[in-house]
Amino acid sequence: MAENILVVDQLTKKFGGFVALDSVSFELKENERLGLIGPNGSGKTTMINCVSGALFNDAGKVVFENQDITALPAFKRAKLGIARSFQIPKPFHSMSVIQNLLIPLEYAAWDRVDHHRLQEEAMEILELVGFQDRANENSASLTQVDMRKLELSRALAAKPKLLVSDEAMAGLSSSEVDEILEILFKLNDRGVAVIMIEHIMRAVTRFCERIVVLDAGKKIADDIAENVMKDPEVERAYLGE
Amino acid sequence: MKINGFWIGVLIVLALGYAFTFFVDNEFYFFAVYVVLQGLIMAVAWNVLGGFTGYVNFGSAGFFAVGVYTSIALNKAFALPLPLIIVASACICGLIGLGTGYLTLRLKGVYFAIATLAMAIVFETVANNWEYVGGAAGTYVLQPENSFFFDSYVEFLFMVMVILAVFATALSRYLSISKIGQGLAAIRDDETAAECMGVPTLRLKLISASIMGGLMGIAGAPFPFFISFVDPLSAFSLLIAVNAIAMPMIGGTAYWYGPVIGALLLGTIQEITTVTISSELNLLVVGSLLVAFITLAPQGIAGLIHDLKNGRQKAKDKSHG
Ligand SMILES: Nc1ncnc2c1ncn2[C@@H]1O[C@H](COP(=O)(O)OP(=O)(O)OP(=O)(O)O)[C@@H](O)[C@H]1O
Ligand SMILES: [Mg+2]
Repeated sequence: MAENILVVDQLTKKFGGFVALDSVSFELKENERLGLIGPNGSGKTTMINCVSGALFNDAGKVVFENQDITALPAFKRAKLGIARSFQIPKPFHSMSVIQNLLIPLEYAAWDRVDHHRLQEEAMEILELVGFQDRANENSASLTQVDMRKLELSRALAAKPKLLVSDEAMAGLSSSEVDEILEILFKLNDRGVAVIMIEHIMRAVTRFCERIVVLDAGKKIADDIAENVMKDPEVERAYLGE
Repeated sequence: MKINGFWIGVLIVLALGYAFTFFVDNEFYFFAVYVVLQGLIMAVAWNVLGGFTGYVNFGSAGFFAVGVYTSIALNKAFALPLPLIIVASACICGLIGLGTGYLTLRLKGVYFAIATLAMAIVFETVANNWEYVGGAAGTYVLQPENSFFFDSYVEFLFMVMVILAVFATALSRYLSISKIGQGLAAIRDDETAAECMGVPTLRLKLISASIMGGLMGIAGAPFPFFISFVDPLSAFSLLIAVNAIAMPMIGGTAYWYGPVIGALLLGTIQEITTVTISSELNLLVVGSLLVAFITLAPQGIAGLIHDLKNGRQKAKDKSHG
């Protein structure tokens, strides 16, 4: 039996009077590939913000590797091994592409990397994403699509045990989506658990072993892809009635 | 290579400063350079928080004044030698930087800038009402008899400023190329992303605010001995406060050498204006230069230099393959 790497227990997040997440619980096993889907505004990004510590939840618990991290600031969670990409890219815009990767290598991954090989580590990740020629380019001048790739590379540079990609593939061509999936599969082979937030269903069903569906801040399904796709409630959430 | 270059430059500056005290007799030059170097230290200090970390603020010069008054109080109470007074001012202003940073650094953007302005006003109110250091009426500060190895106290003060300016520059340079500096740059670019990449943002911001405060403190500590009469109007002078922001802005805030260039340029222009026309014009000079740079070259002179270097590098890269 694989251990749980992440447990989200009855997590609630409010923005003023608006309940963005309403007592949502789910678990993630070590090395698992989980899809987190739901219509626009259903609370996916908010969930990731609460897991990564970018926002603090109002009620409920987040447990990572058997440690309650609910009150930990984001930087400590990153050090423990939670990395995320941002749906709206947030590059360090005064830095080159490779410098963007050096930040997580110097901070989040510091205890897990060889301090003399930071440059090489960063280059290896850029090669993985096919970005090696862009290493010295200014990150502010990248196209939106390339910024998503940078988001993903930077999250990889944090050497995570749990990677959350928030719509890393939006806007990519179908062959690029396959490339990114290959990267995520490779990463998963090395033992990294992945939560994939994605609207591209082809990618979700191909990649994920299990899917959690959110609708208006509530969890409405949590099952293997096949069953989730057949679920009448999920269909209703997506198609409306 | 680069490191050697910097430290050779440091030695040259120190040697030139020392030689200056031998070969120059006219006290005016010591006064003029003193003012430029004071601006330089303050510009470098402002830039650590405002430039490297991106927390633009209007209250930094308040820490200069705290340094001034700490110095007056310590001189009056214990008649400590200047080097000790400077160290004590650095510590006190650094701690106040830490404390006020803790209170204000959770605010963002314009709210932070306004909070720092309010803080400077609090400092000024305290100075106005603290009779021991002169209160609103001000106080005279006598130059100590002992001018160490120098012919006059002015020469001694001048050399102290040269050393402090070199120290401030070296510290800020070290900061910008260190891991801490990379973290500060990440905070400036995007604080949420920085935090999620493992950067302890609050801790680094507090370090940055403490260093800013400490450096402002060392800029202020020798000031009472330099001008002999201090009142809140001179310690909280508008020109001094505006210079601390304008010099880094004009020089360029992203690199350690930006505020140094800005201070040397603006400071020199102001000294020339003072002599040739009138000191009343200085605020006008700063104002117009600031407007010109913000509209035409928002990255400052250092930004222009950097772009130029980059452009050349790119052209080279292209021609090589
Ligand atoms: N900082 C915030 N302040 C107020 N409301 C917010 C904030 N962040 C998100 N919300 C609201 O919470 C709800 C959930 O937003 P969230 O971004 O989590 O949705 P999502 O599932 O990621 O949607 P999408 O597929 O469009 O990315 C939305 O109604 C959104 O408007
Ligand atoms: Mg979202």
